[in-house]
Amino acid sequence: MQISVAKKIIPYLYLMPALALIILVFIYPVIDLIWRSLTKVVKGVPTWTGFIAYQNALNDPIFWTSFWNNIRLFLSVPILVVLSLIFSTLIFERIHGWRIYRSIVFIPYVLAIPVVGIVFSYILQANGVFNTILRSIGLGAWAREWLGSPSTAIWTIMFVIIWKELGFGIVLFLARLSSISEELFDSAKLDGANWWQQLFYITVPQMTTVIEFYIIVNMITMLSWVFAYVLVMTKGGPGNSTWVLEYFIYQKAFPYSQMQIASAAAVMLLLFASALMFLQARLRRQVGVDGV
Amino acid sequence: MGYSAMGSFINIYRLRQLPAWLVKQLALLSLSLLTIFPLYFMTTNSFKSRDDFLKNSLGVPQSVELQNFLKILQHPNLGRWFSNSIILTVGSVLLCTAIAILAAYAFAQMSFAGRDTLFNLITPLMVIPPIVMVIPMFILFRQLRLVNNLGGPLIIYSGLMLPFTIYLLRNFFVTIPREIKEAALMDGCTGFQVLTKIYLPLSRPALVTSMIVNAVWVWNELLIALVFLQSEELRTLIVGITTSLQKRFTLDVPSLMAGLAIATLPMIIIYIIGQNALVRGLTAGYEK
Repeated sequence: MQISVAKKIIPYLYLMPALALIILVFIYPVIDLIWRSLTKVVKGVPTWTGFIAYQNALNDPIFWTSFWNNIRLFLSVPILVVLSLIFSTLIFERIHGWRIYRSIVFIPYVLAIPVVGIVFSYILQANGVFNTILRSIGLGAWAREWLGSPSTAIWTIMFVIIWKELGFGIVLFLARLSSISEELFDSAKLDGANWWQQLFYITVPQMTTVIEFYIIVNMITMLSWVFAYVLVMTKGGPGNSTWVLEYFIYQKAFPYSQMQIASAAAVMLLLFASALMFLQARLRRQVGVDGV
Repeated sequence: MGYSAMGSFINIYRLRQLPAWLVKQLALLSLSLLTIFPLYFMTTNSFKSRDDFLKNSLGVPQSVELQNFLKILQHPNLGRWFSNSIILTVGSVLLCTAIAILAAYAFAQMSFAGRDTLFNLITPLMVIPPIVMVIPMFILFRQLRLVNNLGGPLIIYSGLMLPFTIYLLRNFFVTIPREIKEAALMDGCTGFQVLTKIYLPLSRPALVTSMIVNAVWVWNELLIALVFLQSEELRTLIVGITTSLQKRFTLDVPSLMAGLAIATLPMIIIYIIGQNALVRGLTAGYEK
């Protein structure tokens, strides 16, 4: 009897350190954050305020600037998918030099966002090398301060994010490609399918699940992991034109010490991310059904 | 069809493929150049004098100057920043891996109530935005005196990496046949010995992969290091170089580039050694 009780407890002993740390780092902060967004400390006593902080955040035009910038960054997702598909297919064809190409395209993954951001901000400044190149090939009219003008700054940040994230997509798609039966490609070639036809009628249908996975992962990235780009390259500027939700929360919480508004905005960001997470969970279930 | 006819057929076929081949090579070559260019810019300019940089920021250095590196290496806090980064990276990766091994072993090889539900609840935690955790953790850690203390980020990093690491290791552990475990138990091993003597040696590829992916992430992390380590001496290398040095060397771009190169070098080394392990780890999130 005693032995069986001990046996039942043992798995939980193995899990205990992990569960303790997960509760501390994930569960406690989420609960505390929700509590903090709904209460205000008055003379040391937490007082219920209802959804006032949410209203304040939603009435702040910069909150909406930030929100729409995250939505703008979602535009990089289809670009990343198309580029990853094309380049992974090219490398997969074992074209001359494919090993070198594969090694090179994955390098940005190990570079720190702050390093990448600083280097690009010098390349892209008014007298930077990018504008010099534009002028030398007769496109001087296009030269501008890419991170310094409100109309281009967020798109320039998006370009840098694509530069950094593309390697992961290529490597991910390559892994999936190598598990597609080669006979499919061979028979398509015998039937006279050209490169684009093969891409659209063979490769893409075979890869729908990995493409869906990559889309969700990237949407989560554009929502929850772009703080460092903004902080290093523009600090939200010029004006507020490149604020994103993470940056809004960070600014409200730390420089401005408006913890309640920051908490309310963070809860809304969490809801947004969770919606994407549920989408992913549903897709995963479909993956299971398809048996892929 | 004779042999020579076949041969010329192949040649014509190849010739017709030539324009397509050129376009493909051109596409891959452009992407590679675009990928390499920022690294080229950082490296070449770190060896230039300021004058040389202002006149010619695109070309190779007129003469190789090491003074930029000397200037950065003489920065009073650089050694501290470097050792802070090493302590945090090694410490949090080891702590996280140790805890994840225990949990992954339970999830993969033990039966208990709620096992699958619990496992399915842990993996989605990966998508919670880190900024969401920062406010509550900052307030809590300020009370526990874990702000401006390497222990604070060490705990947070270990926790943040746990879902991915447990997921990866558990998926590896389930591929190890249960018969091996049962045979070892028959021979008188305890459950813990089975883990350390059989599972861990067999899981080396998965362990190396998760440790490299995690180490790259911790080394490069900005937000948590920025918020929780605010005093100058406690910064990590990435935060130190990108905040303190960025301000100080705004006009001395070659020195700033030398600093960035120093901070990037360990990651380039890891990339050269562990490229395959990294690729395995990143695609493991999808492969089931």
